[in-house]
Amino acid sequence: MATTPSRDVAARLGEAFADYAPSAEGRDIVTIRPEYGLVIGGAERPAADGATITTIDPSTGDALARVAEAGAADVDAAVAAARRAYDGAWGAASPRDRAKLLFRLARLLQDRAREFAVLETLDGGKPIREARDVDVPLAAQHLFYHAGWADKLEYAVPGMRARALGVVGQIIPWNFPLLMAAWKLAPALACGNTVVLKPAETSPLTALLLAELVDEAGFPPGVVNVVTGAGATGAALVDHPGVAKIAFTGSTAVGKGIRRALAGRGVRLTLELGGKGAHIVFDDAAIDQAIEGIVDGIFFNQGHVCCAGSRLLVQETVAGDVMERLRARMELLRVGDPLDKNTDVGAINSHSQLVRIREFVDGAVEEGCAVHQPSRGVPDAGFFYPPTLVTDVGGSERIAREEVFGPVLTVQSFRTEREAVDRANSTRYGLSAGVWTEKGARILWMADNLHAGVVWANTFNRFDAASPFGGVRESGFGREGGRHGLEAYLDLTPVRA
Amino acid sequence: MGTLTRSGDELAGGALAGTLRVGGVDAVALEARAARLAGRSIKRESKDAGLELAVRCIDLTTLEGADTPGKVRAMCMRALRPDPEDASVPPVAAVCVYPSMVTHAAAHLDGTGVRVASVAGAFPSGQADLDQRLEEIRGAVADGADEIDIVINRGALLSGRLDIVHDEVAAAKRACGDAHLKTILETGELGSYDAIRLASMVAMAAGSDVIKTSTGKLPVAATPPTALCMAEAIRDYHRHTGRVVGLKLAGGIRTSKQALGYLAIVAETLGVHWLHPERLRFGASTLLNDVVLQMRFRRTGRYPRPGDLPVD
Amino acid sequence: MSERVEVAKTYKLFIGGAFPRSESGRTHPVRDRRDRLVAHVAWASRKDLRDAVRAARAAQAAWAGRTAYNRAQIVYRIAEVLEGRRDQFEAELRVGGMTSRAARANLDAAIDGSVYWAGFADKLEQLAGGVNPVAGPFLNVSQTIPLGVCGLACPDDGGVSGMLGLVCPALAAGNAVVAVAGGRSALVSSTLGEVLATSDVPAGVANVLTGDHAALLGWLVDHADVDMVDLTGAPADSRADLEARTAENLTRWAATGGAEHLGTIMEFRDVRTVWHPARIL
Repeated sequence: MATTPSRDVAARLGEAFADYAPSAEGRDIVTIRPEYGLVIGGAERPAADGATITTIDPSTGDALARVAEAGAADVDAAVAAARRAYDGAWGAASPRDRAKLLFRLARLLQDRAREFAVLETLDGGKPIREARDVDVPLAAQHLFYHAGWADKLEYAVPGMRARALGVVGQIIPWNFPLLMAAWKLAPALACGNTVVLKPAETSPLTALLLAELVDEAGFPPGVVNVVTGAGATGAALVDHPGVAKIAFTGSTAVGKGIRRALAGRGVRLTLELGGKGAHIVFDDAAIDQAIEGIVDGIFFNQGHVCCAGSRLLVQETVAGDVMERLRARMELLRVGDPLDKNTDVGAINSHSQLVRIREFVDGAVEEGCAVHQPSRGVPDAGFFYPPTLVTDVGGSERIAREEVFGPVLTVQSFRTEREAVDRANSTRYGLSAGVWTEKGARILWMADNLHAGVVWANTFNRFDAASPFGGVRESGFGREGGRHGLEAYLDLTPVRA
Repeated sequence: MGTLTRSGDELAGGALAGTLRVGGVDAVALEARAARLAGRSIKRESKDAGLELAVRCIDLTTLEGADTPGKVRAMCMRALRPDPEDASVPPVAAVCVYPSMVTHAAAHLDGTGVRVASVAGAFPSGQADLDQRLEEIRGAVADGADEIDIVINRGALLSGRLDIVHDEVAAAKRACGDAHLKTILETGELGSYDAIRLASMVAMAAGSDVIKTSTGKLPVAATPPTALCMAEAIRDYHRHTGRVVGLKLAGGIRTSKQALGYLAIVAETLGVHWLHPERLRFGASTLLNDVVLQMRFRRTGRYPRPGDLPVD
Repeated sequence: MSERVEVAKTYKLFIGGAFPRSESGRTHPVRDRRDRLVAHVAWASRKDLRDAVRAARAAQAAWAGRTAYNRAQIVYRIAEVLEGRRDQFEAELRVGGMTSRAARANLDAAIDGSVYWAGFADKLEQLAGGVNPVAGPFLNVSQTIPLGVCGLACPDDGGVSGMLGLVCPALAAGNAVVAVAGGRSALVSSTLGEVLATSDVPAGVANVLTGDHAALLGWLVDHADVDMVDLTGAPADSRADLEARTAENLTRWAATGGAEHLGTIMEFRDVRTVWHPARIL
């Protein structure tokens, strides 16, 4: 059996098999309306000034729907509706009833999981496999997990009495639209707050569909209000005197602006910002699994992930081997129709982001870096960018320091643990880090020395509702998920005071 | 063969030029990758190709105490003509039997292109004197077996005597003469993916033409992560030595969907060249009829009745 | 000259375990309730602040690397040393304007508070960290970790307890600190430095600066190598500005007031979550 097979019938069958035929998830499960309004006080309404934005399918560039763009007056109305709900039905609801409504919401989302997954993929461009297997199930888990906290908040922090804050403003990004909505809403509602949610302008549809489910689940009107729009809408929410807390996930630059805007106002703030995660591979690592971790770490969701492992650090003794395997693995990545169930890398979320990624990579070449991309091309229509490896990186280049937020991985080598830690920590950010080694003591030492809020050891890009997520340094502050995440949505006072 | 140590994580000398790092395996990530590959959505022409390929890669197997020449004859007929109603369904790769049935199988298959495979070497336990095991191999080859399936010495492997494992497989390879040697790791007894990877490397270094998951006699047999783990070992061994080693997945593979999943694992780990009966086998019996039924459905658009197909 | 000439104290800064004068050469007069000059205290400059932050940064990792039990004992030692110097502190607090009774109460609170925070060092992990039950084959552990270098705005009128109410939880939590004291607290801060220096607190882990509160705090929040500021004693009119300036480096800030509960010490800690697979086959 050691002979090289001739290109016989079996060989042709093998080729026909391996070139997976298109297998697109049906989009007919989703009905996209031509227009969507704001959700304020349980009712849908256009923006006061009639402004709209158009959301598109980034895999084709085709328009999907027109969505109301909220102005300051709309934000004011939304905060007022949230306040009424807080002072009214929601404030009066028992913790147990809050729990039951959240449990029900989780169930409703699970019932309509496929619909949400398809809509997420259409509006955002991520592969249906990820929307189906990651975004939607995790969103449901966040709702389910936090539901159970609603009537147990006296245990949230030992010795501290917990009360709701009031009206919470939440501004979420375009990379995980539904997941971020659930991630933000669940703890806020479990803790008894009411919410004004501002989805991202390029991917608002699943948040709006979730708002329909909130209504269907039986939440009182005004508990969850959705104001779609762009940066100005978010700024109006931040500036509104009626919000007790702002939770923001997005860029570091915008996060800093929010921090300035809230200074001296006594408004609580949590920020989940950018990252430049180091992914460190030692020479004793389980190499094939490390390769999978590297690939998932940077190409998951087209690299539109704040905690992406965008800087690969490989021990010199295995650098050649790792690079060879990584290049071979990248050849297998299927870039294309996000609705195809076999697509590994989908569409870049927007044209402006595509331009930004191109500028980064072009700049890297100008700075003397080498760029490798797989031989398979990417579709012509829509916004696509190939998985990209950047080598000959010194560490001072722009691409090695700033967040690209795309499928672009820089590679550097290191010799010792200390050097790996120093390189990894040589950044303003501190969100995530990955370590691959079979040696336990090394994992613990590395974790202790890496500046990161989340350390994935022998795994990467794992998320869970019970696991606190958040960064240090310029990646932000505060945690989301788990018991720790509750603290951001509670007014805590010592019991014995 | 030079020294083989597990602690050193390297296989030195002998069949290998230089050293090959065995390395460890992370179970959770391996299983996640295997699940993703096994879950590939195989449709239309890919599915048609995959189903036919699956048939061509089957080692149609009967390994029971109750085997008779009559049963082996029925199986050989099925191997040659899996779907009596459709001559376009190709024959399987081989028929796999106990040594005592080799002459019967060979009588039916000689000249057909379907090979005769025999388990040998005190299958399934391997618990016999080495000379006895080698004698059984020589006998099966003399009776007409084209391929020999043996088990490795798991006891030796798990007690760290890699040299014994290696030397026994190498001796079996010599005993095979021109016949191909398929070496069964019996992964269900090895306890970890690390041990499966190590056993794969030893078996390949000792000269196996194919490494195979299981005897089919244990409740735990081929699984997607096991297949992936062994496929990665084959790929690394090939990269290091240039020698091609085949993969045989056996035990518990009963449905077309499973087979297509394994094809995806092999295609995306070893490459399209491994999607060939020269390099890939499914050790199975009930799988064949399920694939044939799927092919009928693909052809007619109607669900067929399983009872219409011949059984052994 | 029949009476003995008293040896007057020079009130200096406490940086990196040493007691330097301000590099600027400037001092500031402190007067008692009857407006009599009591002493000149060192008036820290921007460079003094830079030196203090540098000393704190250099010392922090080793301090954090000590066992929580060891940090607990050292913070407890602060209470022990303080107890032995009550009279000196009482006198200095009275010069600063406190009544004897208030001064004694302040010292009671400072000593008892130090004991309270000492005992917290090795409880944090069990109270605020733990294993998270993730839905997958992983061990997921959240640990609390020190923030690094903390700048502490000690309250002008807080006396010894006002300062130690910030310093002790920050130290117990594994941070190195730069404590900034202004106004009447300046007088006790120098002596407090002596307490810290003789309490086995490693050089650089605790640093004390006296000077213009608002200016020092501004330099502190602008310093990119400061991880957190406690603005408890920041002048009210500068508070919003200081908050806004934390945005540039996303410096964490709090105003704990030194209140004795878990929430205070957790303001000096962050949370790190580590995942690892937990399955072999």
